[in-house]
Amino acid sequence: MTATFRRHVLLGVLCLFILFLYGPTLTILVLSFQGPDGGLTFPMNGVSLHWFARLFQTQAVGDFGGSLIRSFMLATMVMVTTVVVSLAAGMAFRRKFWGAGPLFMLTVASLIIPSILVSLGVGLLFNQLGFDPDWYSSAFGAQLTWTLPFGLLIMFAVFNRFNRAWEEAARDLGATPWQSFRHVVLPVILPSVIGIALFGFTLSYDEFARTLLTAGSDNTLPLEIFGMTTSVTTPVLYALGTLTTVFSFVVILVSLAIMRLLAAKRGA
Amino acid sequence: MVRLNPVPFLQAAPLALILIVFLLIPMFVLIVVSFFDYDSVQIIPAFQLTNYADVLGSSVTWRTYLNTFRFTIIVWSVTVVLGFTVAYVLAFEVRGRTAQMVLFLICTVPFLTSNIIRMISWIPFLGREGLLNGALLKLGLIHQPLEFLLFSDFAVVLAYTHLYALFMVTPIFNTMMRIDRRLLEAALDNGAGWWRTITTVVLPLSKSGIAIGSIFVVTMVMGDFVTVRLMSGGQSASVGLMISNQISLLQYPAACANAVVLLAIVLMMIAAILRIVDIRKEL
Repeated sequence: MTATFRRHVLLGVLCLFILFLYGPTLTILVLSFQGPDGGLTFPMNGVSLHWFARLFQTQAVGDFGGSLIRSFMLATMVMVTTVVVSLAAGMAFRRKFWGAGPLFMLTVASLIIPSILVSLGVGLLFNQLGFDPDWYSSAFGAQLTWTLPFGLLIMFAVFNRFNRAWEEAARDLGATPWQSFRHVVLPVILPSVIGIALFGFTLSYDEFARTLLTAGSDNTLPLEIFGMTTSVTTPVLYALGTLTTVFSFVVILVSLAIMRLLAAKRGA
Repeated sequence: MVRLNPVPFLQAAPLALILIVFLLIPMFVLIVVSFFDYDSVQIIPAFQLTNYADVLGSSVTWRTYLNTFRFTIIVWSVTVVLGFTVAYVLAFEVRGRTAQMVLFLICTVPFLTSNIIRMISWIPFLGREGLLNGALLKLGLIHQPLEFLLFSDFAVVLAYTHLYALFMVTPIFNTMMRIDRRLLEAALDNGAGWWRTITTVVLPLSKSGIAIGSIFVVTMVMGDFVTVRLMSGGQSASVGLMISNQISLLQYPAACANAVVLLAIVLMMIAAILRIVDIRKEL
């Protein structure tokens, strides 16, 4: 086997992998434009926006509008908290402090404890304390146990590559710690901070298991979609899938564009 | 020496507080409730080992664990081979830093979209009247639709691979990018073939990435209940599903006992992985 041939085979494997990742999503994207008489599989029975229109009729799917708004607000709350808390903790871990070891262990544990256990534990805690679980309290906290470890690990990766000389220069020139953070550290790490925001938002927006037992009486969007999978047997399910996927893509592309812009500005 | 500087302590305090309230205390509650008594309407504070006796004494539990281990081993094997291959191609075969990063991003994006939607999206492909059956029928390879494609163990493994392969690709790619290219050239110069270079140079140097990916895949498959429920069509079981069924029957103490056993097993599996591979240098 020649090296060129092998290289082509390997690049072919990569293409197949990408097709494997995207192919199914593309099929439901196409099928969501099914005609009014179309079903869950091919062939297409005409082309229409019928199922998207159905999505916005109140009776077709539970509480689509309400759950969408709740998911959006929750994702925004999780995003802001994740950015602020992991940025602060990332700064802390650059120095030694009392409890650093156990806190790191706890963060890693947060990443590897199965989601359903966190969901069950937080749900029971609220239950035992006599609080009603709600999306903005218990579900918010349960989701943070998933997004914060990612945020902190990204901060670790960032600060491992960070040149401390810049900060020292700022200090030598008389900057206060806040000034050196605000005018030196933050601008350098800003693209990664946007990355943390992107992770925080999308992980929360799509989170299912950690929300299941902690969301209380009002559903978030993934819970609503999961409910639909057992009761809805029309392409309206695909229309919903298409909409949320398109929304995620818009969020991702906007974040990537901002990151690129910031990096370009820094390079100029 | 650790000086008592209050600044980093205060900076880390919010993280510590959130993890204590929403992780440490809930896990403690799980353990406490696993010793409680319950009837059909409520849980009753007590200290009894009945829940554990029920969990460990039931053959259903053992069979469910076996099934979950089976899924974990199959999915781990598939994702490790796939993840290593894809990461290798990205790191060593794709030329140009930009092309590398763009392709890596293309592989990462699906991870940021909804898992449930990604599972549902297999229906038009695998179903009785799906694309795959249609194509096979047309080619004359089969004469009636294959039933095992959707709502089966095959579908569960396929969905796991689809959802979690990326957790293997990313850490392995990350480790491979740090391998000194000259080592590969040295191996080739010394007469090692391509395959030998992979097995004796690339593979050992990618071990920590493989370990991190394995930890992700193993914990996610061990604790999953959504994928098994959606993709097996109720025909297969997993520990997570068993717990979620007990929760829906309001048998919280039983669910907690199960959860504690699962937690112990998952932690032991991770400890085993960490014993084999030291990942500390990655962090």
